Amino acid sequence: MTATDTMPEAADRRSWAEWLDGHSGRIMVLPAVVVLLCFAIFPLIISAYLALSRFALAPGGFTLKFIGLVNFRKLLVGSQQYHLLGKFGTFGFVQSALLALITAGLLFLLARYLLRGRPTIVGVVGRLLATAMAMGLAILALATMAPGGVPGTVVNTLLYVFVGVSVQFALGLGLALLCGQPIRGRNFFRVLFFIPLMVTPVGIAYTFRMLADMQKGPFAPLVRAFGINEWSWATEAWSARLMVLVGDTWQWTPFMFIVLLAAVENQPRDQVEAARLDGANGFQIFRDITWPAIAPIAATIVLIRLIEAFKIIDLPNVLTGGGPGLATESMTLHSFISWRTQDLGGSAAIGYMLLFISTIVCVSFFNFVVRPARRFET
Amino acid sequence: MSAEHRSLARRLFEPASIDTQAPVARVVTYALLFLWTLVVVVPLYWVLITSFKGPGEVDNGPFYLPFVDFAPSLRAWDFMLVQNYTLRPYMNSVVVAVASTLLAVLIGSLAAYALVRIRFQVKLAAVALFLILLTAVIAAVATFGVRWEIAVAVAAALFVIALFTLVGRTKLAVGNNDIEFWIISNRIMPPIVAVLPIYVMFQQMRLLDTQLALIATYTAINLPIVVWLTRDFFAGIPLDLEESAQIDGASKFRVFFTIALPLVRSGLVAIFLLVLILAWNEYLLALFLSNADAQTMPVLVSAQNTTRGPQWWNMSVLITVMIAPVIVISSILQKHIARGLLVGAVKG
Repeated sequence: MTATDTMPEAADRRSWAEWLDGHSGRIMVLPAVVVLLCFAIFPLIISAYLALSRFALAPGGFTLKFIGLVNFRKLLVGSQQYHLLGKFGTFGFVQSALLALITAGLLFLLARYLLRGRPTIVGVVGRLLATAMAMGLAILALATMAPGGVPGTVVNTLLYVFVGVSVQFALGLGLALLCGQPIRGRNFFRVLFFIPLMVTPVGIAYTFRMLADMQKGPFAPLVRAFGINEWSWATEAWSARLMVLVGDTWQWTPFMFIVLLAAVENQPRDQVEAARLDGANGFQIFRDITWPAIAPIAATIVLIRLIEAFKIIDLPNVLTGGGPGLATESMTLHSFISWRTQDLGGSAAIGYMLLFISTIVCVSFFNFVVRPARRFET
Repeated sequence: MSAEHRSLARRLFEPASIDTQAPVARVVTYALLFLWTLVVVVPLYWVLITSFKGPGEVDNGPFYLPFVDFAPSLRAWDFMLVQNYTLRPYMNSVVVAVASTLLAVLIGSLAAYALVRIRFQVKLAAVALFLILLTAVIAAVATFGVRWEIAVAVAAALFVIALFTLVGRTKLAVGNNDIEFWIISNRIMPPIVAVLPIYVMFQQMRLLDTQLALIATYTAINLPIVVWLTRDFFAGIPLDLEESAQIDGASKFRVFFTIALPLVRSGLVAIFLLVLILAWNEYLLALFLSNADAQTMPVLVSAQNTTRGPQWWNMSVLITVMIAPVIVISSILQKHIARGLLVGAVKG
């Protein structure tokens, strides 16, 4: 502000401007904090209240009655258990063996932490929580996928998250490594492979419905040639889930690809060349040079994908409508359906359970995978 | 094996120099890349040509090439764009996406800049007190039927009194990193948890099914991404430029708008486009918050199924007009958008 500005009548304005400048930091952050308070914290608290109450339409509005944990009880052990958790099958040899394997792995990780280095209270509590969550989800997944079992929306969501993200990561990494080779047209592939990421998920859902149409789709003659005329992917649980995963993978592989390609291009070139001169093969170069160079970025993008994958609703809702039965219904879709049937309490309870699961999984992944991967780098 | 054979094998399987690939490896690489090219292109191609078909061309089995095995027509385009009111949802989508993205980028970059440049100390006790009072207000209004104006006033008074008396005595405080982490962590929250109260809130304000409601909500859900990505851009610019401007007497706001923002322009463009596309494609919130007047394209597209059955040709027109601008933007500016993604992934 220059001296000419400080005329007597402007003194008032100047002091206001000074006040503004003195508090500029707070004023700059304030809008963001207010927006998040209004649209995240405040709704979160109200949702907690909704999850603990019964909602009913009444003349001229609605009534809310506090009923404690009834909504959660109904979902976890009551009449809605079938929908959320699924139907438990009988544990056979395969399931028991897998469970033993998972338990041993988790216990090994826990023991290694406790015996090596200095365990802290926060570290122990966090690891116990993560282990308990992993065990619970593993048992649930194994039990509902065992013979006679039917997976509920929790297991469906976990399938989309873990299978989907793994496949997308593997494909994205493979394409990035291929594209990272000294080839012509790299930019062409980069631009083209990027496109599906930006296409509306709803549009993708319909597109894949068209493509997979057994009578009129482009692959119909091929399918007919194999003589599977009457079969439709939409009527069987696993083929319907596979379709959702295919659509999701089509969309999200580009994300992994584009970021990993940049990481691959940034790997230390001189080390790669030196290793080649020494006669190292492709796998050795990948293991010893490329992977350590891209591991921190790889861990971070998997985390980003995990966060977003838990929210999946567009694809299952449009592609299969959650069917056949409940086979492709995700937790968000389950919550949406509950809302549509006026069960606001149940809807909020499902939302909260999704919040718990996704937060614990994502925070655990950040602490136990992303952080070590970054330390590895420096 | 003869010497000639070995040299042939060597020529096929070993690169001639370090910057090239061996012929066999190159063929395999290109084959796989073209395979994925097909995976990407075929769905998009099918949507595009289906939009030029009619009921006859779709129902009588797959036709692949326009002009060769079917005669393309613009009937579906005419039906959806001229005879139907597709324009309105389309404009809704444009307005909502652009406005919410502008707001999110503005608010988010302001906050990110302040968090990078200015040191914050917020007393933990104040945060805890605020949350407790907020919960108390909600409980009082919901269970005991206290009028919300009274509850809010009482809580505000209590908060101010405590702020000046008790909170000052406590030591524990949250710093910039904690605030930043809190803002970013909001992205982990699944929108389905927040959308029910937001729905009720807008219903009470009579703003349901308006563009305003969608703009406000989209701004909020995309804010964490903007803060997360822009903070690294601001952290990357040298301090001395800003310091010399401040010595000259420029206010923090002026420094932000005239020096800091222009310096990170290209990064902002990247983030703007990324958030724009996220807002353009958003489905769940629009499903809750709009039904007729403010309906956006994703909701319109998904509604096609129940109202008209699978009329693939019309659907394809909608999908095409919806994804065409996005594909154009992303292929022209792919480098920028990818940079936006990269910054987030590298610095995280």
